[in-house]
Amino acid sequence: MVTRLPPTDVVLVGFGWTGAIMGQQLCDAGLNVLALERGVWRDTPTDFAPTFAQDELRYMWRHHLFQNLANDTLTIRNNVDQQALPMRRLGSFLLGNGVGGAGVHWNAQIWRFLPSDFKAYSHNKERYGAAAVNAYDMTVQDYPFTYDEIEPYYDMFDKVCGTTGKAGNLRGQIQPGGNPFEGPRSSEYPNPPLPLTYGPTLFAETAAKLGYKPFPHPNGNMSRPYTNPLGVQLGQCTYCGFCEKFGCGNYSKSTSQTTILPYLMTKSNFTLRTECQVMKVEKTVDAKRATGVTYIDSAGKEFFQPAEIVILSAYVLQNVHLLLLSGIGKPYDPKTGEGVVGKNYAYQTMGSVNVFFKDKILNPFIGAGALASVVDEFNGDNFNHSGLGFIGGGYLAQMNTGGRPIEMIYTPEGIPKWGAAWKKAAAQNYLRSLNISCHGSMMSHRGNYLDLDPTYRDGFGRPMLRMTFDFTDNERKMSAHIVGKAAEIGRAMDGASGIKATPRKGSWSVVPYQTTHNTGGAITGDNPRNSVINKYLQSWDVSNVFVMGAGAYPQNAGYNPTATLAALAYHSAAAIKERYLKNTGPLVQG
Amino acid sequence: MDVKRLNRRGLLIGGALIGSAGAAAALRDGQLGAPPREYGGTMPWTEGAADVPPIAEPGGFRFFTDAERAFIEPAIDRLIPPDSHGPSASQADVHVFLDRQLAGPFGRGDHFFLGGPWPKGTPEQGYQSRLSPAQLYRTTIPAIESYVGHQFQGATFKQLSLPRQDQMLKELESGKAALGEADGQVFFTMFLQNVLEGYFSDPIYGGNKDMAAWKMIGFPGAHYDYREWVPRHGQRVPFPPVSIKGRPGWSEA
Repeated sequence: MVTRLPPTDVVLVGFGWTGAIMGQQLCDAGLNVLALERGVWRDTPTDFAPTFAQDELRYMWRHHLFQNLANDTLTIRNNVDQQALPMRRLGSFLLGNGVGGAGVHWNAQIWRFLPSDFKAYSHNKERYGAAAVNAYDMTVQDYPFTYDEIEPYYDMFDKVCGTTGKAGNLRGQIQPGGNPFEGPRSSEYPNPPLPLTYGPTLFAETAAKLGYKPFPHPNGNMSRPYTNPLGVQLGQCTYCGFCEKFGCGNYSKSTSQTTILPYLMTKSNFTLRTECQVMKVEKTVDAKRATGVTYIDSAGKEFFQPAEIVILSAYVLQNVHLLLLSGIGKPYDPKTGEGVVGKNYAYQTMGSVNVFFKDKILNPFIGAGALASVVDEFNGDNFNHSGLGFIGGGYLAQMNTGGRPIEMIYTPEGIPKWGAAWKKAAAQNYLRSLNISCHGSMMSHRGNYLDLDPTYRDGFGRPMLRMTFDFTDNERKMSAHIVGKAAEIGRAMDGASGIKATPRKGSWSVVPYQTTHNTGGAITGDNPRNSVINKYLQSWDVSNVFVMGAGAYPQNAGYNPTATLAALAYHSAAAIKERYLKNTGPLVQG
Repeated sequence: MDVKRLNRRGLLIGGALIGSAGAAAALRDGQLGAPPREYGGTMPWTEGAADVPPIAEPGGFRFFTDAERAFIEPAIDRLIPPDSHGPSASQADVHVFLDRQLAGPFGRGDHFFLGGPWPKGTPEQGYQSRLSPAQLYRTTIPAIESYVGHQFQGATFKQLSLPRQDQMLKELESGKAALGEADGQVFFTMFLQNVLEGYFSDPIYGGNKDMAAWKMIGFPGAHYDYREWVPRHGQRVPFPPVSIKGRPGWSEA
């Protein structure tokens, strides 16, 4: 028995970053907006108060703020010849749940993609030839817009977050102290960079000596108190070292809780329903328009919620799952290369270099989410790839994100994982080692995709999402190259007694934590044959459905994905307000 | 000023834990059964609803049998042996931590998907057992003892010399030990992880007794504000570690 509810103008499916952004933008345009969130309400004093937020076991290892796989997981395999099996335990990526989504437990690393990242196909083809972009069965595509088109929306997100940093390119003028490779910014960061601890300082000094141009990592960890354009206040970060994988108890990390919700929740035309899992987007008989969504609440009751506009604002994996379950867009077939939904799933290629010191005290626990010095010389196309056999790249960063001891004790090469030798090495090296993160891109490949699993079903009886994914030699070569550069910096650090370099090798494994940067599967493009959504994130097939998130990325750049997906959401909201509401229908003719 | 703030913190935790913390925690933790809610017109907040941590209760063993303890206690001290750097795992009460974890939601497989079917899978596909952590410990420990008895004329793990105990653990780690239906390698991976968790997690969970593991490496624990230490490059931070519950000498009044 499905209860039909009164209609609303807009229904948001999922209430993390993009849900909050779209809710705020469309409520301010006068629309009635209803958000449906499968998880619970979360706020700072209730859920991560500073009296108990700094708990490594509960949040990181017992997954207290993460998606509970008992209720909802997906199946995984490296290639089509394997049987996909359920992800029974979180590892490689840590999915969010509840109000704020994975944005509650992020580090607040706020990056813009390079102008050339938006033209990954045509730019690399022009510079290195067609073979370079077609090797390894790559299916790289251009975005259907340029960096310049979405720059105003990156700027908007920076101001909402109070991003700290130092501009490297202000309206085309290169600025000392910033990233000289970044695209032109229309304004300086709203807040100055965080003062640096010892590790990032040593890294920046060494990188500068080697001829690089290190700069402070842009982030949403407040360097001073800040009031954003919505009137919401954030406080200065206290460097407690519990940021990524944790909620911030101090209102110092930019999340939807600390930047948008105090404004949005008080609007009379906004409603949030929690503990409501959306099953399907419903369509008209001719399948041209969505009529609303059906959902099941935690009491087990089923509802139909009619809506004029349906916005999928859950995480990328849930958005693609819903598109497949709802029959919106043609599913991708890796054999023929036809179809679009699930195509170009990508990830991030993470490597690292640990550096050990005999007598330098680095105090790794004095940390903030993205307290780091960065070298960007080996990201994207910031360097000449001729003869290297790969495209893409990544940034190198000495991140002083924290020193949580279950996760972050580094021991030198050759030390066993347990026993007396391990214990001695742990006691000696905890305060005297650091980690250089090598955060690499992931190109799209013909065999990497998402579809519905033929065997396993979720708690609602629906086929699980199936992920077929592996790194290819493009990524392995890229990782070896940039990790090699990081190792050179590590060895050159004053007082370094040894390093341990870990480039990405072999097949993707679900076991070790890498990063929660899943992308693609609902990609944006310039026509319905190569993409799921147009440049405004509008479905080519069902024009009142908009799909938010990193699912839009045709491939993943060497930067963290959140600022770009936020910018795309603001870009989409502007098109809905300025054009779609006057003339509902396709914003781009396919 | 500092003392006042620290006392308030102890009080907040102490006070909150008296309430119905268990029920609130369970429903907030992604469990089915939380009622659907609707919010609008205001920023929601409820007094006294803090999602406080599930502190391990004192007292005797809840999960382990005597036979299981006879394996667990010597085994954890081979993973983290006693020496001059710091306590062994059992000196830090890691066995108590394991007991409370296995008796609780983690042991029951909360946050694991355990539904079938259960083909073996590749190493890259990770944990593919149908067993919850509690079931994994319960079924694997007897299989290990049986394997040890077979190798060493009926001896138990506890009776082996320390080098032989190490040898058995290495055979589990490498997958060399043939345990019949049980999978020693899957068990060892979880066991080592859980031991590290018990050694280095906040003492509220039953291990890391006297925060000695934190003292060993120099981690100040749940310390809140390091701003004054940011520019002091290369200096030791002199604070003794602090737990979520405070530290010895703090007044609860």
